[in-house]
Amino acid sequence: MDKKTSRRKFLQNSSLAAIGTFIGAPIVYGKNMPNGYIPVAVAEEIDPFQQFGLHPDMKVLNDRPWNIESAAHLLDDPITPADKFFIRNNGIMPEDIDVSQWTLTIDGESASQSKTYTLRDLKDKFRHHTYQLALECGGNGRSEFNPPAKGNQWSVGAIACAQWTGVRLKDILNDVGVKNDAVYVGFYGADKHLSGNPNKPAISRGVPMWKAMQDETIVAFQMNGKDIPLTHGHPLRLVVGGFPASASGKWLTRLSIRNKVHDGPKMEAPSYRVPCKPVAPGEKVADEDMCIIESMPVKSLITYPKTGAMLSKGKKLSIRGHAWAGENKVTEVQYSVDFGSTWKQCKLEAPVNRHSWQRFSADISLPATGYYEVWARAKDDQGRMQPMVLPGWNPKGYLNNACHRIAVKVK
Amino acid sequence: MPDNKDKWLKQLLWIYRAILGIIAFMVTSFFLFIVIYAVDWPSDDASIAANTRAKEEAQAAPKQDEIVDGIHVATGLKAGEGLDVVIANCTACHSAKLITQNRADKKGWKNMIVWMQETQNLWNLGTNEEVIVNYLAKNYAPEKKGRRAPLTNIKWYELED
Repeated sequence: MDKKTSRRKFLQNSSLAAIGTFIGAPIVYGKNMPNGYIPVAVAEEIDPFQQFGLHPDMKVLNDRPWNIESAAHLLDDPITPADKFFIRNNGIMPEDIDVSQWTLTIDGESASQSKTYTLRDLKDKFRHHTYQLALECGGNGRSEFNPPAKGNQWSVGAIACAQWTGVRLKDILNDVGVKNDAVYVGFYGADKHLSGNPNKPAISRGVPMWKAMQDETIVAFQMNGKDIPLTHGHPLRLVVGGFPASASGKWLTRLSIRNKVHDGPKMEAPSYRVPCKPVAPGEKVADEDMCIIESMPVKSLITYPKTGAMLSKGKKLSIRGHAWAGENKVTEVQYSVDFGSTWKQCKLEAPVNRHSWQRFSADISLPATGYYEVWARAKDDQGRMQPMVLPGWNPKGYLNNACHRIAVKVK
Repeated sequence: MPDNKDKWLKQLLWIYRAILGIIAFMVTSFFLFIVIYAVDWPSDDASIAANTRAKEEAQAAPKQDEIVDGIHVATGLKAGEGLDVVIANCTACHSAKLITQNRADKKGWKNMIVWMQETQNLWNLGTNEEVIVNYLAKNYAPEKKGRRAPLTNIKWYELED
């Protein structure tokens, strides 16, 4: 038995009093603590960088569940590799996955029948599609909100755009048969709730039918041409570009075609919802006045250079980055080096496919020595532009699409 | 008065026996009390072994309780009144990092506790709730940030090429 296993065994076999001795404090109300709970103070430590193969600049926000964020300069690749892809887990990842035994069951009030596919069935029966899809956490940018919003304090790095291969969700749904009264598709995954309660899903969100039926909404088994990494939903996950990434259920085992808006955990207010009407910062919002987030807003990130660049006078500064706009397309990206007083156009590429991010770049001349900030703002095909200050405050701190800024010095 | 003397001796003997009986009862009760209430009485061999192991491991535990520069090493939480209660109750389910990265006043922390009780199976914290909320609101209070904070923590470097 290695050290970690024996440590875990010890904790499982120990009485509350013994664990209390171990952490040097009594487990208060320990009798209410379900079996299987291990206080984090004594939980085994694993190195996520080694375990998940992460780039050393990734930042761990939370280790139970794992929430690990990328950084602007790490996201410079046109296609985000696994080592720079943010991790947002809601529960405990499944262990000992047997791919040959993995199944996906489709059921629900609005399914014509209940049907179960093996992973092989899915791969053999339906046509494969590959799309580059931007996945952004609904809470990306939360750390900036004031008054602060609770939850993982994401900075700018909860966005990634990998290449996903799988089968269209609509092909599966049509094979099963969808009744006319279908409203929503909800997902269930193999991850466990943090409490260890096997009957409580950690997260079970979903998407409206129109989104489920989009060509680019896929049930994926590959990321960047390889099996999906464990942290990103191995061996099967939903990938729903343009929506908050929480709609892209990982470790997918079941899809329910619902005749109402899906009601799984984290569909309910206030999770992944914003006030239906704008509110003042800090205002209390009733649950019934919170609306489900669908499309993510227009946003951009300067991925080169890394903030803090120093260059000598007379040298051109080349910047580049990505812009994305949820369900929409980015039509324009501008930059400013004078704190938003004047703006110039960036070169902007078309998306590889719908819901992919778009490359932008510019060559900048900085007039004199001194401290500069390069700001970038994108505009979508509806004419909506990123704000320079924080957008509307909301209780859970979602949808911060304020323009990205990097610091630059000319010497 | 031999009869009277006999009677007196008998009474003395009776009193002596009664006192002995009371003492025996008290001693037995005391041991019973110890057994029932004070000893974490192992129910089977497995838990005896677990307790023994727990004691051994607890002694060998690597600096779990150490506080360096005001920070509890094992969890990263700030040292302060209520720290042990916070560790025992909050880190059972989630990482201490969820605490250290968040900021709120008393009302805000209380709301988070209520949310966890309503949706995440958090138990009743009883009188510890006040201890926990006070610790959190004191050590992890909101900062005034305005609508957009200046860029900070910039690591300057020479841009090549």
